[in-house]
Amino acid sequence: MTTAPGLNPPGLPARAVKGVVLLACCAVVILPFITIVSTSLATREQVTRSGGMVFLPDEISFAAYQAIFNGDVVTRAILVSLMVTVVGTTLSLVSTTLLAYGLSRRGSVAHKPFLMIVLFALLFTPGIIPSYLMVKSLGLIDTYWSLILPVMINAFNVIILRAFFMELPEEVIDSARIDGAGDFAILWRIVLPLSKGVLAVVALFYAVSYWNAFFSALLYLNDISMWPLQLVLRTFVVNQTQVGVDQLGVAGADLPPQEAIQMAILVLSIIPILVVYPFVQRHFTKGVLIGAVKG
Amino acid sequence: MTWRQRLGRDRVLVLVALPGIASLVLFHYLPLLGNVIAFKDYVPYIGILESEWVGLANFAVIVNGDPLFLNALGNTVIITLLQVLVVFPAPIALALLLNSLMSERIKRVVQSVLYLPHFLSWVIVVAIFQYMLGDAGLLNNFMRDYDLGTVSIIGNPEAFKALVTGQVLWKDAGWATILFLAALARIDNTLYEASAVDGAGRARQLWHVTLPGLRSLIILLLILRLGDSLSVGFEQIVLQRETYGADAAEVLDTYVYYNGILAGEWGSSAAVGMVKGLVGLLLVLGANKLAHRFGERGIYQS
Repeated sequence: MTTAPGLNPPGLPARAVKGVVLLACCAVVILPFITIVSTSLATREQVTRSGGMVFLPDEISFAAYQAIFNGDVVTRAILVSLMVTVVGTTLSLVSTTLLAYGLSRRGSVAHKPFLMIVLFALLFTPGIIPSYLMVKSLGLIDTYWSLILPVMINAFNVIILRAFFMELPEEVIDSARIDGAGDFAILWRIVLPLSKGVLAVVALFYAVSYWNAFFSALLYLNDISMWPLQLVLRTFVVNQTQVGVDQLGVAGADLPPQEAIQMAILVLSIIPILVVYPFVQRHFTKGVLIGAVKG
Repeated sequence: MTWRQRLGRDRVLVLVALPGIASLVLFHYLPLLGNVIAFKDYVPYIGILESEWVGLANFAVIVNGDPLFLNALGNTVIITLLQVLVVFPAPIALALLLNSLMSERIKRVVQSVLYLPHFLSWVIVVAIFQYMLGDAGLLNNFMRDYDLGTVSIIGNPEAFKALVTGQVLWKDAGWATILFLAALARIDNTLYEASAVDGAGRARQLWHVTLPGLRSLIILLLILRLGDSLSVGFEQIVLQRETYGADAAEVLDTYVYYNGILAGEWGSSAAVGMVKGLVGLLLVLGANKLAHRFGERGIYQS
């Protein structure tokens, strides 16, 4: 037994039950992904034959993707989402790192009041109406800043980073200080290089939250042409508004099946997450843990 | 050292913290002032300052038995109860199961798979459920192929609460194991060895060693959950509220959104939102106090 040497090894029936339960859990997560990808690649004939969703297609067609990329509604939304995610994640990561570093030395001059501001922010959210009034009074309605500035700092991420910075070996920092390095040089040359893993996790948390946000866009953007991908997804996939010739780059007769188009939009919204996930995943336990234990 | 000298010494730390602090103050603390419209007859074009004071009139909706408010409150409480009873224990059980796996490799693969749904948006999760369980979805197609009849889940208001509970389980039960797995890894192995020497079987070890090792974490998470008990997945529910109708799917947050921002009942909606926030804060502080009384650390030490 690798995890708990004191435990007696379980009997065969217990192990079989365990295996079946875990396999079922994984299947419940994986099967929908297979179905979505399959349906997005299916032909009209196949969709009709299976009555909607296709589990595994006999024949693969990229017509749905071609139609989407030739049209401008979904492509524009993808660009909007990418832009908000990149700008937002950069601003969030920089301001969160700086704030966490500013809070990382006990006994520094504004340590206590600043820390209270961060910790208390974890206990309540301002509420929909007060947030809306604030964004409105700052004149941010119908600007992309409304999707970034109100959520730029996540207090939980500050706590995670601060806990990590406080765990770094003090001798290294002290010896840099003796060599004449100031607080900023210490952050840049010592703290950041030692914190790459946890910074990657926090960056992922921010990137995912910007990429996934839909309600802030619904609340603050009245102009439909500004909508990010999640709202387009809501219109065409959740509310099942038909994706018509206007939104796609094909002639009416060649329109791929709605199911394939809808699933293709869904796939496009999942891909960025699937691309980043494996690189960051191994740092999770490290990053999340420290925040949870210390916070 | 005087205050001025300390400021000189720590000026870099204060300066780098300022943008983040300013952002929190601007978007987290200052908006609280906007709650003042709960005491006013707010009219958007004349602004908050010019709108007339109306005392507590906006709060009447909370106490006068308004059916729409009571419906939203009732749905919120039912969904919260379901989530505490079903969603809360699930990751604990899953973590125990993962922790007892012999092979580290299998464990890592299963973890990678089960963490993934946490990173998908609510729009994607709701869409996935719709297409898996809907009338033309995978489940019903399969059942039709084998002449098992069909089940009506998507679009059926009666199934709504079970559906949202299932969605939360699918999205977050795997991810939530991460904290429990960490706590399990910290339990001292000698405790298992000693209990095995004393003749404890696996069930007794679970009860006397494993669960006590998770106690502090479970209490901590329950306290935090309690503070959120009047907020039940706003994005998740607002996405589905139109489909399932207000009777089944209106919760306090969607009530505030629909009545306030969409229907223009700003005052009473802000009053409901404010009372909701205050009750949440009191629940967290109260539960934390209770945890201290039972000798636990809770979320902060007073």
